[in-house]
Amino acid sequence: MQSIKNLLKQPNVLSIAILALILLVVFPALLDNFRLNLVGKYLTYAFVAIGLVVLWGWGGILSLGQGVFFGLGGYCMAMFLKLEASDPITTKIQSTPGIPDFMDWNQLTELPIWWLPFKSLPLSLIFVIAVPTLLAFIISYAMFKRRVGGVYFAIITQAVALIMTTLIIGLQGYTGGVNGMTDLKTMNGWDTRTDEAKIILYYACCVTLLLCVIAGTYIQRSKFGTLLLAMRDKEDRVRFSGYDVSMFKVTAFCIAAGVSGIGGAFFALQVGFMSPSFVGIVPSIELVILCAVGGRLSLVGAVYGALLVNASKTLFSESFPDLWLFLMAALFIGVTIAFPYGLAGLFESHIKPWWRLKSADRQKNQEHELDLESQVDHEISHAVDADFPSAMAVQSKTDEAELLIRRKAS
Amino acid sequence: MIEKKEFILTIEDLTVSFDGFKAIDSLNFYIDKNELRVIIGPNGAGKTTLLDIICGKTRATAGSIQFKNEEMTVLPEYLRVRKGIGRKFQTPSIYENLSVFQNLEVSYPKGRSVFGAVAFKCDEEVKAKVDSIAHEIGLIDMLQTEAALLSHGQKQWLEIGMLLMQEPELLMLDEPIAGMSVRERELTADLLKRISSNRSVIVIEHDMEFVKQIAHKVNVMHQGRIIAEGSMDKVQNDPTVIEVYLGH
Repeated sequence: MQSIKNLLKQPNVLSIAILALILLVVFPALLDNFRLNLVGKYLTYAFVAIGLVVLWGWGGILSLGQGVFFGLGGYCMAMFLKLEASDPITTKIQSTPGIPDFMDWNQLTELPIWWLPFKSLPLSLIFVIAVPTLLAFIISYAMFKRRVGGVYFAIITQAVALIMTTLIIGLQGYTGGVNGMTDLKTMNGWDTRTDEAKIILYYACCVTLLLCVIAGTYIQRSKFGTLLLAMRDKEDRVRFSGYDVSMFKVTAFCIAAGVSGIGGAFFALQVGFMSPSFVGIVPSIELVILCAVGGRLSLVGAVYGALLVNASKTLFSESFPDLWLFLMAALFIGVTIAFPYGLAGLFESHIKPWWRLKSADRQKNQEHELDLESQVDHEISHAVDADFPSAMAVQSKTDEAELLIRRKAS
Repeated sequence: MIEKKEFILTIEDLTVSFDGFKAIDSLNFYIDKNELRVIIGPNGAGKTTLLDIICGKTRATAGSIQFKNEEMTVLPEYLRVRKGIGRKFQTPSIYENLSVFQNLEVSYPKGRSVFGAVAFKCDEEVKAKVDSIAHEIGLIDMLQTEAALLSHGQKQWLEIGMLLMQEPELLMLDEPIAGMSVRERELTADLLKRISSNRSVIVIEHDMEFVKQIAHKVNVMHQGRIIAEGSMDKVQNDPTVIEVYLGH
């Protein structure tokens, strides 16, 4: 028990435990299947948001193209699911049975070679992380080795997002074009559309997300995390302390991309389709907003940010179909003006000090009571053979102590 | 050939030009082991540029820089640091949002690769090193203080401490006492004397009293060239130097 208490006292552990409790117990208990599936969808964006915490919050590198990596992860998963959904029997009315329907519509008669690896689930799962990471490595290595940074880097990531969308839409026969990949049904024969499957997927998504948060916390506490903060502050000082700054930035970018890819894969699984509308500039900026609202320095904060922003998006668009975009903008502007470090910053600067004050008060009271009690015990033992009035005085003190204890209990 | 004296730093025919303007003009410069050298000169003489080139912040247009008989001009900055060249910047360049301890810890020369940094453990050896350096720079009682809260002088010391963590064989300090109080200057002079006992130090400084206190040898730079070299007394009485400083 004591060791658990000590563990919880460590920074971040308690907040991760609370997050786990909310995701794994509270939400499934309170929400119906439809809403739970929605939350699962929001959580896939949280993967990108925690990647942005590492990259932007700690490393100070703003990327406005994280949708690309989310999309790539999603597409890698969707390609596998699509191939499985396009077996020769279901697709026998096509002119070429056994290939995905959109290929058939685009007069392809054969599965392209680069689709072949996606027939295997393990390979597809590796690609979910490897493809976004590899692309991130190529982009960031080229940029950071040339010391391109700041706004220029952000603009280039925007360009990459634009290129990627155009590419996916343009290569309709290979990617499903603007409609994306739809009609995803089973994973290794397991139907992902049933209620039960959705719940399992929700839990899988939560657990993976929590693991990512824990891994991120480990990185934060390592020297790598300290160096990211140091680089954000004084890049030259880090460089002239013997570190290859560009490689650290490349690594941060690759981590963010890989994690985003996992999010994309869960999106494809839970929502059942993947399309270029999650890759482009607008979704990429929305992903940055999630991170900013949640607090770009806090992994856990970013998860809440993703939940809050997406939940309000759903709420606003259900209740005020005409106004919801304005409300979203108001939420974003409001949060960034009022709390520049997001919800997590609000927690750190307001709720935590308040809590500390309260618990300090409580501790003081407790000590006071203990003092009083020991004093009373002491005096009773002395008053036994003393006269009546002094015993009386002791009695009134005992009453006071009892009253205090009773008040505390109520 | 005459037997070359063993210099720790040998700079020959070094030239740097920015769009035709020669900030450093065919400069030759030698530093002995365990020497404390001061470079003085009017503004724009190329003093800071010289340090920038040695540490790699600026690339040389022509010429050679040899550190321990190894050519440096081709190496990227971080490798020069790993060879043993440390550089302190003019304005205190520390990590303001980290604690004094973290500032020093990050400068410890282990775990410098990406994976090394992830696996890096702050063990007793590192802590002992941080303690001894913090003692040296007078910040032992402030290890947990956020660096942003230090006074200007303390920030300068912290940066020197961060360099000492790396045990450089050549330490370059750009105006280390700028903005310090009289008392802080004295402490810094003592510190510099102590640390130059087992390494070479190059200092850029304007304060002549301070220079007199610490320098073994002084170089005077003007318009990208070294116009005088020698003891402080000799340099101060050099007619060209007087002309440069007093103007035409």
